[in-house]
Amino acid sequence: MTETPLPESLAQIKDDFLSLEQRERLVLLLEFSNELPELPEQYRDHPDLLERVVECQSPVFIFVDVSDENIVHLYATAPKEAPTTRGFASILVQGLGGLTVEQVLAVPDDYPQELGLTEAVSPLRIRGMTALLGRTKRQIRERIAA
Amino acid sequence: MTVEVDSSSKFTEYAHPERLVSTEWLQAHANDPGLVIVESDEDVLLYETGHIPGAVKIDWHTDLNDPVERDYIDGVGFAKLLGSKGISRDSTVVIYGDKSNWWAAYALWVFTLFGHEDVRLLDGGRAKWEAEDREYVTETSTPTAVDYPVVERNDAPIRAYKDDVIAHLGNPLIDVRSPEEFSGERTTAPAYPEEGALRAGHIPSAQSVPWGKAAAEDGTFRPLDELTALYRDQAGLKDGDAIIAYCRIGERSSHTWFVLTYLLGFEGVRNYDGSWTEWGSAVRVPIVKGSEPGLVPAKR
Repeated sequence: MTETPLPESLAQIKDDFLSLEQRERLVLLLEFSNELPELPEQYRDHPDLLERVVECQSPVFIFVDVSDENIVHLYATAPKEAPTTRGFASILVQGLGGLTVEQVLAVPDDYPQELGLTEAVSPLRIRGMTALLGRTKRQIRERIAA
Repeated sequence: MTVEVDSSSKFTEYAHPERLVSTEWLQAHANDPGLVIVESDEDVLLYETGHIPGAVKIDWHTDLNDPVERDYIDGVGFAKLLGSKGISRDSTVVIYGDKSNWWAAYALWVFTLFGHEDVRLLDGGRAKWEAEDREYVTETSTPTAVDYPVVERNDAPIRAYKDDVIAHLGNPLIDVRSPEEFSGERTTAPAYPEEGALRAGHIPSAQSVPWGKAAAEDGTFRPLDELTALYRDQAGLKDGDAIIAYCRIGERSSHTWFVLTYLLGFEGVRNYDGSWTEWGSAVRVPIVKGSEPGLVPAKR
């Protein structure tokens, strides 16, 4: 298999996590969690546009926007009672935002497992982030097919 | 018991009122010598966002589960964990957490596997503490490490393995999952990762009592008469019954195990922690689909 190199944003996030001790990785995840931006107003007023990620035990909703220039923007919302899920969403919002459709679709499905969080967070919980990535890609495919 | 029990009138009707404390009691007794407060959540980061002053964090997955085998840590691991959290064998431990104490009840059940005597739940958990605007701090507590003796787990009294469940068929089983999981109609949409079992449905003859019915809106346990209606009148449990509860991985059924054992006073209740993720993937075990409990099949 040929490996497409990770987009710089995602590679940077991965390096940041891997350079830290296990305990500090949780702190970084919490920082991401706190940085998850509020939904833009047009989505806040339209919960029907958002898709629930049912694989996550906490209520998390995403919406993917593809611009005319083929640029992806991911929007996500999750309650403050679910900081881990918010952190996962925030990593993807920051890491995928501004990439092209092709770049996002080429992101390896196992990117969440590459962040060195399986020990600090547990593999079971990482699955929630894998599902977020999977649904993001599926929404993109639907957008570009439409 | 090293710290006095909470004598709130709400708890006196339960079979073992000494297993619960109220938020008022915890606030008043938080600094009692011999008391350790433990937070245990579904979300591994929730403690870091704010917790009850002095509380230590124990995570169900990264602390209590064995990192390699699907099992709990052993006596050495448990002694090391509890000692590092400042918990002695005679400490009074009060556990609280998110989601109406799911994971707190799970941690309490694991503590009980090791025979830790005085372990209690904060009625209402995080949600109630928060709703009452009580204090949270964000600094991680740094307890002084103490010695906790190495005590091996004694699983048999409160934990059922798959073979125990097979041998138990014909006796009461409580399935605490959602009605959709019970009937087997819950399917995962195509192209989404399926993390669970290979087959859907429930163990034959199991009564469906979703765990959350035992919790009120504010996360506290429902009063005795409502619990009696739920488990005795509707699910048909009687004194003297041997009961096994299960869910997907044994966490929600720990909550039900707590209710049946300490609030309703049933003896010998076991939690099948292998639950549906084991049963639904096991070869040649009987499964029933649909919303009816179904009959126990002949031995095969």
